[in-house]
Amino acid sequence: MENIDEIKTINEELTGLFQEHVHDIRKNSPEFINAKREEAFADFKKLGLPSQNIEEYRYMDFGKLFKGNYTQLYEPQKLTVDFSSLFKCNVPELDSYIIVLVNGRYYRSDLKFKFPKGVLIGGLSQLSKEHPEIMETYYNKYAGSENNGLAALNTAFAQDGLFIYIPKNTEIEKPIQIINILVYEKDFMVHPRNFIMADDSSSAKIVVCDHTLTPWKYLTNSVTEIILGNNARLDIYNIQDENNSSAHINSVFVNQSSGSAFVSNIASIHGGTIRNNIHVTLDGERSEANIFGLYLTDRKQHIDNFTFVDHAKPNCVSSQLYKGVLDDEATGAFNGKILVRKDAQNTNAFQKNNNVLLTNEARMNTKPQLEIYADDVKCSHGATVGQINEDALFYMRSRGISEKEARLMLMYAFAFEVIGKINFAPLQERITDLVDKRLRGELSRCSNCVVNCR
Amino acid sequence: MHPLGFTCGEIASLSWGKQIDLLGKNHKIKIKKNKIKTASKQVPESAIDMENENDNIINEVTQGEYKYGFVTDIESDSIPKGINEDIVRLISEKKNEPAFMLDFRLKAYRKWLTMEMPRWAHLKIPEINYHDIIYYSIPRQAAKYKSIDEVDPVLKDTFNKLGIPLEEQKHLAGVAVDAVMDSISVKTTFKETLAESGIIFCSMSEAIKEHPDLIKKYLGSVVPYGDNYFAALNSAVFSDGSFVYIPKGIRCPMELSTYFRINAANTGQFERTLIIADDESYVSYLEGCTAPRRDENQLHAAVVEIIALEHAEVKYSTVQNWYPGDKNGKGGIYNFVTKRGICKGDNSKISWTQVETGSAITWKYPGCILKGNNSTGEFFSVAVTNNYQQADTGTKMIHLGANTKSRILSKGISAGRSNNSYRGLVKMTKNAENSRNFSQCDSLLLGDKCGAHTFPYIDVQNKTSIVEHEATTSKIGEDQIFYCNQRGISTEDAVGLIVNGYVKEVINRLPMEFAVEAQKLLQISLEGSVG
Repeated sequence: MENIDEIKTINEELTGLFQEHVHDIRKNSPEFINAKREEAFADFKKLGLPSQNIEEYRYMDFGKLFKGNYTQLYEPQKLTVDFSSLFKCNVPELDSYIIVLVNGRYYRSDLKFKFPKGVLIGGLSQLSKEHPEIMETYYNKYAGSENNGLAALNTAFAQDGLFIYIPKNTEIEKPIQIINILVYEKDFMVHPRNFIMADDSSSAKIVVCDHTLTPWKYLTNSVTEIILGNNARLDIYNIQDENNSSAHINSVFVNQSSGSAFVSNIASIHGGTIRNNIHVTLDGERSEANIFGLYLTDRKQHIDNFTFVDHAKPNCVSSQLYKGVLDDEATGAFNGKILVRKDAQNTNAFQKNNNVLLTNEARMNTKPQLEIYADDVKCSHGATVGQINEDALFYMRSRGISEKEARLMLMYAFAFEVIGKINFAPLQERITDLVDKRLRGELSRCSNCVVNCR
Repeated sequence: MHPLGFTCGEIASLSWGKQIDLLGKNHKIKIKKNKIKTASKQVPESAIDMENENDNIINEVTQGEYKYGFVTDIESDSIPKGINEDIVRLISEKKNEPAFMLDFRLKAYRKWLTMEMPRWAHLKIPEINYHDIIYYSIPRQAAKYKSIDEVDPVLKDTFNKLGIPLEEQKHLAGVAVDAVMDSISVKTTFKETLAESGIIFCSMSEAIKEHPDLIKKYLGSVVPYGDNYFAALNSAVFSDGSFVYIPKGIRCPMELSTYFRINAANTGQFERTLIIADDESYVSYLEGCTAPRRDENQLHAAVVEIIALEHAEVKYSTVQNWYPGDKNGKGGIYNFVTKRGICKGDNSKISWTQVETGSAITWKYPGCILKGNNSTGEFFSVAVTNNYQQADTGTKMIHLGANTKSRILSKGISAGRSNNSYRGLVKMTKNAENSRNFSQCDSLLLGDKCGAHTFPYIDVQNKTSIVEHEATTSKIGEDQIFYCNQRGISTEDAVGLIVNGYVKEVINRLPMEFAVEAQKLLQISLEGSVG
């Protein structure tokens, strides 16, 4: 297969790049991270990028994605753009802590805010040096780079990213807003590495906005490790809004202890190629995971959502809901897997994927999967691909609503099931507004942080 | 009642290792049959019969393991072990095939050499040594018989044990049987009756010789020789199988059925079936399988092709009960089957119904290519796995034509330490406008050491089609069992009752006679799984 040859060349290129720049890559990282780096590099040499022959990546062509003349930066660069303009338009309803990452590196946080005592928020490379006690235990523990080529690639190249630690019994009421900006005057590849840990009985809400500021080709291969202690609660809302030639591979690895609750809600508004890999391990009894996704694609965009929920312990609950609207020549894929291990009795696991195709050129592949080894379980999944309900359309038109408006309303209602899960009113309103605009076609390309700037 | 005129009760009493009073049993079969003939006319009596039947089911559940394991001691005319071009040539030569068939086989063999065994299924397949298999074996004295008396008595006995008394078949209601033992067709009955309406129902080797035009046109047209590893192997070495042709406008007057049976030791059986339903015709085809118990694994790689032309309808039903291996997972048949039908003409319909209870490993995806506009594909399946059995089965519905419809209903039951997967593809291509699919896949878990998995693939490429898939996995509720217990039904019977209710929707799709046997098979397969 062509794809395999292409990937082989790219693997060699990436391996070469690493060997060439290994000194710069290692420079700012503590020794234990560099040790993991070596391991991961060996893994990557063995695994390489996943080809389309690998079941989980059937609809992703990494050969095509990685091909191109991407620049990588091995040292922090001086910023050429004035970011102060970004923060001028703070929306009063969304009162949040703002943290900015530029090209995968921690840039600054809004220091006006004071975090509760013990909370650590900052750059991964710096904080892992200052607090090795956390990172030595957990760094790369759950990302599983030994059997995941993309995670291995990230672990090998990663230099910086976001680090958040919320200590025991701490509740951060205001959401932490992370603005990921990509800006460079060339095609650009970056491997950000994020680490979020919510210790026992802590809780926090995190809003992540991914943006590109200039219309170059950007390739992001990010890995985020998330660890939830006993009874911890963490909500992550992600708004993906990048330019149409960018590619974003977003791998999230979540490990949950007893009684913890995790929510992930990804709204993919724009982007050339988006791949979301969400791995959740319910590693403690009575833990709960809710994973939601909404994707609105048009033109030649491709969105690929992969979820893997591993019920390792009994009495856990998980639910997944992914909905998408595909227009023009957009392609989409959903691959969700629920694994219930042998002893994970009393598991409740649900999964749903609904899609609307608006044109004959759009294409959707969906593959919800159940793999169950315990008998006392309630598991179900459902998937549909269809259109807007003609009866509903007729009903609205017969009441004097124009066809266009009626269609919009129905699409909007379709999307709202996911938006409605956002447990945070101001953000919900923002995204509602954004989706509405997106569906109307008023939002052709966004390069600003929507939450703050509109 | 089985169309072939035997019930599980009779077969059950023939279980392996027991001394068998053949004559006595045969006698019994005869009596039963007469009873049924009258029963079919008088409703009240049939009700009584059904009641007895139910009693039998319960009795049988309490009996031993695999009930169809016995080996017939017939000398087989086998060729040397292994596979190479010479063997392929030899098979073709032994069967006196025309040159185009040898070409077909050789092309397939060469393709097969370049292929690798598929590994994507959720199965653990032990290494198979393809050079340790005898690819062709044929019962001795396999010349054409004019009358039944000429058939080898030992062979006849086997059929009698199986409950296919050839001499009685003509009196049996509406079933023509093409009995395949090992690789060659021994006796084809009802051929004349069928021939009157122009239907061709014969063995594949006969069809190759007598109807080469049809073979040339259709063989390999649905499952090309290089389709997959096992199909390529089959295309290279297939020994025999059934051929059906229903001419224009004919509704086949009886259910057609082939009785497969793997016999000679170390013989992989490579069946090849081809069914062609011409415009506006209808046929219902039954396939049922049992095999003697063996400790060594036997490989079975069959190919079934169905072609339905305009307004034609084909209904294909299978009950598969090959030796699943013993309680420790030793032995059993490897069943790697490629079954595919094409709705070639407009308004045609293909319907697959399968009850899979046997085989150590099942790898089987009966599919439909819905090419003609307004064509319909259906798939109804019950797959039961117990002990160490593994099954990865499902269907493929490829919608090519406009307004095509497909329906999938799959019921999986896993018990013991088995793994049972549903794997299916529904594909709507660009031209399949206004097409519709609904899939439902349910899994039932009996025991905490088994696995049930669902892997549906949905691929939609146009905006007017609707695809829906839903699946559930659950176990039998304690409240359901309690309800039955309370009313004096033992737990084992309660499970049987609930399982039967669970699969009813699929079983009801089978021809009536098959349905009864299928129900019993389920109970036997699940025996001992309730703790």
